[in-house]
Amino acid sequence: MINSLPLRAGILSVVLFGLFLLAWHLAVSGTGPTVEMDPAYAALMGQAAVQGKSAMPGPMDVAATLWGHLSDPFYVRGTNDMGLGIQLGHSILRVALGYFLAVAVAIPVGFLIGMSPLMSRALDPFIQVMKPISPLAWMPLALYTIKDSGLSAIFVIFICSLWPMLINTAFGVASVRKEWLNVARTLEVGAFRRAFLVILPAAAPTILTGMRISIGIAWLVIVAAEMLVGGTGIGYFVWNEWNNLSITNVITAIVAIGVVGMILDQILARIARLVSFPE
Amino acid sequence: MTEKPLISIEAVARRYPAPGGNETVIFEDLWLPIRRGEFVCMIGHSGCGKTTVLNILAGLEAPSDGAVIVDGREIGGPSLDRAVIFQSHALLPWRTVLGNVAFAVKSRWPAKGKDWIEKQAKRFISLVGLEGAERKRPAELSGGMKQRVGIARALSIEPKILLMDEPFSALDALTRGTLQDEVRRICLETGQTTFMITHDVDEAMYLADRIVLMTNGPNAHVAEIVENPLPRDRSRTDLHRHPHYYPLRNHLIDFLVTRSRTLRDAPAADRDPRNPPVVRPHAAPEPVAPISSDQASAQHPSMTRRVP
Repeated sequence: MINSLPLRAGILSVVLFGLFLLAWHLAVSGTGPTVEMDPAYAALMGQAAVQGKSAMPGPMDVAATLWGHLSDPFYVRGTNDMGLGIQLGHSILRVALGYFLAVAVAIPVGFLIGMSPLMSRALDPFIQVMKPISPLAWMPLALYTIKDSGLSAIFVIFICSLWPMLINTAFGVASVRKEWLNVARTLEVGAFRRAFLVILPAAAPTILTGMRISIGIAWLVIVAAEMLVGGTGIGYFVWNEWNNLSITNVITAIVAIGVVGMILDQILARIARLVSFPE
Repeated sequence: MTEKPLISIEAVARRYPAPGGNETVIFEDLWLPIRRGEFVCMIGHSGCGKTTVLNILAGLEAPSDGAVIVDGREIGGPSLDRAVIFQSHALLPWRTVLGNVAFAVKSRWPAKGKDWIEKQAKRFISLVGLEGAERKRPAELSGGMKQRVGIARALSIEPKILLMDEPFSALDALTRGTLQDEVRRICLETGQTTFMITHDVDEAMYLADRIVLMTNGPNAHVAEIVENPLPRDRSRTDLHRHPHYYPLRNHLIDFLVTRSRTLRDAPAADRDPRNPPVVRPHAAPEPVAPISSDQASAQHPSMTRRVP
């Protein structure tokens, strides 16, 4: 059994994680120089100044905080004190809205571009210019025109999810195997049936690849967007806890962001597997 | 010609623009009638434009000149009258065997109900010997089985003519043989008119009623039409024992080895594109009694050349 690759990889992962935790623990457990000071001032400065203890939390502190969040993820005790689950929920909702809006636009438009060499050439310069723009650069414009910070965040997610899906859909549709199209032609298949029963299934794996790239980007961008717009969401939570100087909570949030991002990616990977068929 | 042909290729040409403003002529002024119920094979080397002929017949490519007449009408593109079996089978990998065939059936008879379509599809799946594999996807099938699905899909729309572009060239010899048997059986049973491209001489001899010989390209032309002298109820296993077998085979091989090239470079002086020479290679008739001591002359192949 020890020869099975997944098992060995799993053991190695656990060992590496253990080493990482150990290194982390050692790195933050040392004491720095202390200075004599007024007790009132010392109270303000905290343990880092008085006992020389590192302000960086150790793995045990983070584990305790994480456990605290996990055991009560959905509390609301005011605008700046909500459970991690509530914050993540806000972020996921924003990402979902912006992302599905982008799907609704990118797939039909990508289809059109893929089907028509004329449209492909005509729209190419626009796509090439729009694609490299950081989605956050749209934020002021969105805030000014939409006049609503929540909707602006959704717009930013929309605009950043759009391009990978658009480009992949167009590419997938344009590169459907010629012989499948010839089958459709010799069977006198109508445009509608051809689009939905031949081109769409043939391009689906490529489209799903684009959707998977997009969900990754959307989840990256939502954190930054929420830091800007504030109010709710995991990005706001991170910034708020930074302002509280609660590094423990920041690290906890980072872990949560990573795990949610991985889950979103895996969902799309599963769907991609459902629509991919070997020949 | 007494009977009106089902398909008539008339003065068809195909040219491609070549760099430098010139044109590459694949073939020019090609005439070929195909009668109803006939199995016609076209043989020639790569680059002689045989696939182009098939694509034009299928309507996938437009001829630069001339026309293809099917049942008295000029064709204007692909049609359900003309089913194509592709060299690479071209099955839709996301559909099951039944799904692939049913897709064709549904395209042919869009108004029919789901049950009827499945029944029709299943009938042709069992015709090619694939009962039990209906729910499998192409990836789960061997190369031969995939091509069987391709054949079932083409036949299921009950086309006027079946067009095959080297359908068995990607298969191993054993599978190819079985599939040739199946195709011959089905075509004889249903009286299917068939046009097939091949470069396999034995395949053409076994399957075809007439074999069209194309010279090498570019600027290819129909050098000859060979009538198959072998009996209609031939079987693949003892075909080679028939006295006409070697005369026919030698004639075809000779053509592919030398004449396909020499005839392109120096076409016959009296070449009439509308009426290419029709030949029927066969063994010399057995001498009537008494048996001659000269056995060799009886073995010597001869040939009748007919004036069309």
